[in-house]
Amino acid sequence: MIFELIIAIVITRYLRKSMQMATKLPKWDKIFNYIFYAAIALLVIDATIAPARIVTTALSHLLMLYLVYILYKEKEFADARQVLLAIAPFVLLSLFSDITKLTYKSQYSAWKSFLELATGFSVVWMVTMWVIINKQRKALNKEKIKAHEEEEKKKQVISLKDQLEIQVAERTAELTKQKEELEETLTELKATQTQLIHAEKMASLGELTAGIAHEIQNPLNFVNNFAEVNTELIAEMQMEIANGNFQEAKEIADDIKDNEQKISFHGKRADAIVKGMLLHSRKNTGQKELTDINALADEYLRLSFHGLRAKDKSFNATLKTDFEHSLPKVNIVHQDVGRVFLNIFNNAFYAVTEKKKTADENYQPIVSVQTKKINGAVLISVKDNGNGIPQTVLEKIFQPFFTTKPTGQGTGLGLSLSYDIIKAHGGEINVETKEAEGTTFIIQIPTT
Amino acid sequence: MKILVVDDETDIRVLFEQRFRKEIKSGEIEFAFAYSGDDALGYLGKLMHEAVLILSDINMPGMSGLELLKKIKQKFENPPPVVMMITAYGDSENYKQAMDLGADDFLTKPLDFNLLKEKLKSLS
Repeated sequence: MIFELIIAIVITRYLRKSMQMATKLPKWDKIFNYIFYAAIALLVIDATIAPARIVTTALSHLLMLYLVYILYKEKEFADARQVLLAIAPFVLLSLFSDITKLTYKSQYSAWKSFLELATGFSVVWMVTMWVIINKQRKALNKEKIKAHEEEEKKKQVISLKDQLEIQVAERTAELTKQKEELEETLTELKATQTQLIHAEKMASLGELTAGIAHEIQNPLNFVNNFAEVNTELIAEMQMEIANGNFQEAKEIADDIKDNEQKISFHGKRADAIVKGMLLHSRKNTGQKELTDINALADEYLRLSFHGLRAKDKSFNATLKTDFEHSLPKVNIVHQDVGRVFLNIFNNAFYAVTEKKKTADENYQPIVSVQTKKINGAVLISVKDNGNGIPQTVLEKIFQPFFTTKPTGQGTGLGLSLSYDIIKAHGGEINVETKEAEGTTFIIQIPTT
Repeated sequence: MKILVVDDETDIRVLFEQRFRKEIKSGEIEFAFAYSGDDALGYLGKLMHEAVLILSDINMPGMSGLELLKKIKQKFENPPPVVMMITAYGDSENYKQAMDLGADDFLTKPLDFNLLKEKLKSLS
C-alpha cells in the first residue's frame, strides 16, 4: 500500500517532468499535481494514524486505479502506456491481495506466501520495465535530438542556399549592368572612330585646299590666256584673208587649232582636279575602277606640294618623278588610294622640311616618286632625304593615333588608315629607312 | 631685246610665242625658256649677255623663283639683268621678299599681257 503511494508519487513526478505537462497539458498537470499531493497526504495519514489504515489503503487503491484509468483511457497519455504495463501487475496484485485480505482472511493466509512471491515478481517486473522504459526513452530522446539537429542542419543548408541564390542574382545583375555599360562604351568608341576617320579625311582635305586652288588657278590661267590669244589671232587671220594673204591666214589657223587643243587640255586638267577633290571629300562608295596609277600619283603629288607651299611660303623641295610609262592600270578605289598617296607625300615633305630646319645651307630637300611594274603588281616608291625614322618609332608608325608631330598638328591616323586601305586592296606598305639619310615608303598593289 | 622666261609650266612657251607673235616675227623680242631655277642658271651661265630681261615664276618646285632671283643678283652684276617676278600668290609677303632681293618688278598671275607689253616698251 505504501509502495503504491510511492509509485503514484514517482509516476506523477516523472510524467509531469518527462512530458513537460506544465506547458503541454496544463489541465492534466493540475490533476496530476492533486494526485501527487493526495498521495503524500495519504502517506502521512497512514504513517501517523494507524486506525485509519483501512481507509487510507482503500483511498490509495482508488487513487492508483484512477491514475491507471487516466493513463489507459486518455489519448494524451498514449506514449506513457508502457508505464501502465510496468505497474499494472503490481497494482492488480496489490489490489487483489488487499481485497482478499479484507474479505477472505482464511484464503489469504493460504495464499499469502504465493501472493507475496507474486508481488515480489511484480516488483521485479516493474523495476525491469522501468529500466527498459527509461532506456528506450533515452534512446528515443537521443534520436529526437539527432533528428532535431538534422532538421536544424537542413534549415541551415536551405538558408545558405537561399543566401547563395540571392548573391548569385546580385552578381548576375551586376555583370549584366557591366556588360551593358561596356556595350554602350563600345558603341561610343565606334562612333568616335567614325568621327575621327572623318576628321582625318577633312584634315587632309584642308591641307589640300590651297594646293587645289593653285592647281586649278594654273590651268585656268592658261585657258584664259589662250582664249585671249585666239581672239587676237582670229582678228589677224580675218585681216590677212581680206588682204589676200591666204598662206599667212592658213598658218594663223593652224596656231588657233593648236591653241584650242591647249585650252581643252588645261580645261580638262582643272576639271580632273575638281573631280578629284570631290571624290576625296565624297562619301566612299568603295567602287573599284581601273586607274592610271601614274596620273593619280602625279595629281596628288602636285596637290600635296602646292598645298604645303601655300601654307608655308618657305617650304620647298625638289620633286623627282620616274614613272614607268607602260604601267598597267590597276583596279582600285580611287579616292582611298589617293588618300594613301596624299598621306605619304605629305609625310615625305614634312620629313624634308624638318631636316631643313637643322641642316646646313647645302641641304637640298628632295622627294622622289617612282612607279614600277613587277610580277603581278605595281610598285610605288616615295623617297625623301629627310632625317629618317628611328628604330623605336618605326615599330609604331602604323599604329592608330601614333604621331611624332606636335599636339594638334597630326591626328596619328594617316599611316594607320593608309595601311588599312592598302591591305584592303590586297597590297602592302613597306618602309625602308636610314637615320640621317631618309625614308622610302614602298606601296605594292596587285594588278589582278 | 632678249627675254628669259622661267616657269615650271611648259605650256608657258607656246603662250608667250603666240602672244608675242608679231614682236618675234619682227625680231623685236627674242625669247628663251627655262623650266626650273637650275635650268635658268645654266642658261645664264652660258649665254648671260643675251638675256636682258628675266621673267620668273616664284612658285616652282626645287629652286624657287625667289632663290633664283637671289642667285642672279649675286652672280650676274655686270650688266645686271632686269628681273621681273611673277606669282600666283599676289600677297604682300612675297612682294616684299622679292623687292628686298632686288626684283625690278612684280607681276601676278594670270598675266596681263597688255600690261607686260607696256612695261617692256618702257624698258626698251
